Amino acid sequence: MSGRHDEHQPVRPIAWARLLLFIPFVAILWVPFYNSVEPMWQGIPFFYWYQLLWIILGALIIAVVYKLEH
Amino acid sequence: MINWTALIVFLVLFALVTCLGFVAARWRRGDLTMLHEWGLGGRRFGSWVTWFLIGGDLYTAYTFVAVPAAMFGVGALYFFAIPYTIMVYPIMYIVFPRLWSVAHKHGYITAADFVRGRFGNRWLALVVALTGILATMPYIALQLVGIQVVLGAMGIETSGLGGDLPLIIAFVILAAFTYTSGMRAPAMIAIVKDVLIYVAVFAAVFAVPMHLGGYDKVFSAIPAAKLLLATPPAGSTGSFSVYATLALGSAGALFLYPHSVAGVLSASSARVVRRNSAALPAYSLMLGLLALVGFMAIAVGVQSMPEFADGFKHYGNNFAVPSLFLALFPSWFVGVAFAAIAIGALVPAAIMSIATASLFTRNIYREFIRPDCTDAQESQMAKIVSLVVKAGALVFIFAIPFQYAIYLQLLGGIWIIQTLPPVILALYTRMLNGWALLIGWATGFCLGTWMFITMNFSPVYPVHIMGTTVPCYAALAAVVVNVVVSFVLSLFLNAVWSDRHKDVTIASDYA
Repeated sequence: MSGRHDEHQPVRPIAWARLLLFIPFVAILWVPFYNSVEPMWQGIPFFYWYQLLWIILGALIIAVVYKLEH
Repeated sequence: MINWTALIVFLVLFALVTCLGFVAARWRRGDLTMLHEWGLGGRRFGSWVTWFLIGGDLYTAYTFVAVPAAMFGVGALYFFAIPYTIMVYPIMYIVFPRLWSVAHKHGYITAADFVRGRFGNRWLALVVALTGILATMPYIALQLVGIQVVLGAMGIETSGLGGDLPLIIAFVILAAFTYTSGMRAPAMIAIVKDVLIYVAVFAAVFAVPMHLGGYDKVFSAIPAAKLLLATPPAGSTGSFSVYATLALGSAGALFLYPHSVAGVLSASSARVVRRNSAALPAYSLMLGLLALVGFMAIAVGVQSMPEFADGFKHYGNNFAVPSLFLALFPSWFVGVAFAAIAIGALVPAAIMSIATASLFTRNIYREFIRPDCTDAQESQMAKIVSLVVKAGALVFIFAIPFQYAIYLQLLGGIWIIQTLPPVILALYTRMLNGWALLIGWATGFCLGTWMFITMNFSPVYPVHIMGTTVPCYAALAAVVVNVVVSFVLSLFLNAVWSDRHKDVTIASDYA
């Protein structure tokens, strides 16, 4: 964690990095792609584990963009 | 029959949290006669506190009861809560640090404050404030449902005049500590509540499949109609577009709610907001697992257990999760889990009432009724309004049939997203004209409401695009029209009646 002065440092927006933030939208809005039972994972249908996985991937993408911009 | 062990654990935890709520007034001490100190905790919350605060604010007790209940009753369609929360955080990362920066620079406390400064148009600011208040009121009322269900599950009679008493007591406590401590109270309580919620959810997610013999046993007990979305009929995008638009529209609406804005503006820097957009998905994961608890309730077969027949009769599908806990866990742990839900209702209810009180005081009282009021009078007014708001929510839940609260909450989502152009788009462009935005808002508001009513109080409206039927979340359809109207009218109005000179913000305020 950083000091107060650093806290207010403006970000350096990186356009290509921010484009990465659109990936979760594409992955999740095309519903027919994941509306199926197979492939199962640990007894969990694809529909469920795919979306739960994207929660984690989405958070990782934001973390990467944050690191790149700070 | 009252479950005494559970009830005692529940009451002890509830009492602990009440004390915390009052102690919070002294935490990171500030002058509580200033509205930004009372209403935003002095904008002093760092990354950790903000994480707990916004997490407790967005993932409400109602969410924790209603999402698994809908999975239990309807199935896969209501898993849209997951893609919804996936799409929320990229939006939060990009958009809301800008709002934080401009609000910090100019001392804005509400979204309507920003609109007032950006467009110099008090009427546009007024409709943004009114929309926020209107959309939040039924949401506060629904938080009571979470408390009601767990009280009922512990064997306390929750109908009739005597049955309303526990709820009234809970809300009086809530009102008292919100009044004295402001935003500091929910921030402190959120930390305790989250520890309890995480413990309860992880217990369910690990213990239930173990009891049943693995996740495949859970899913194989789910009827096919609930397991996946129905394949759309020919000439329609069917449940696929319903699912996608519900998720996208809800994601667009979430951070326009006054309680979300208040949570974001309480952060100590724009960087804290960005950092949290990467950290908050931890709550989404928990919500996803909790949604599956609805399926576990099906697999365990709680609905056919005679001891729960009464509960289901009273509370419908909302009884699914409480009954699962009662069926599988020892009483003391049931007390912990139920306390988590009830305390989980207090946090968002407190923030929602603070945020609506700030909106009323700043953007209606000070703007239209008492422009000459001092900062101390303004803060005092907000505290009183926060009491009125909570009394209103109580009356709401007792006097009006429960189903209406759900209808109004659904309408609230359709209404609040209509403030997207003057709040979110305006963070990026001043090309829009204040009066055009006002007309765009009115168009979207009326159109969305009309769609909801013509579909018999359902938020899904079939839009026809080139011979294909696209059932679509009414909020999303209406806000698209709102945006188009706002832009087209702005082109004309800017030429004849430009209001750009009224903008008090400059480009560097947003960085």
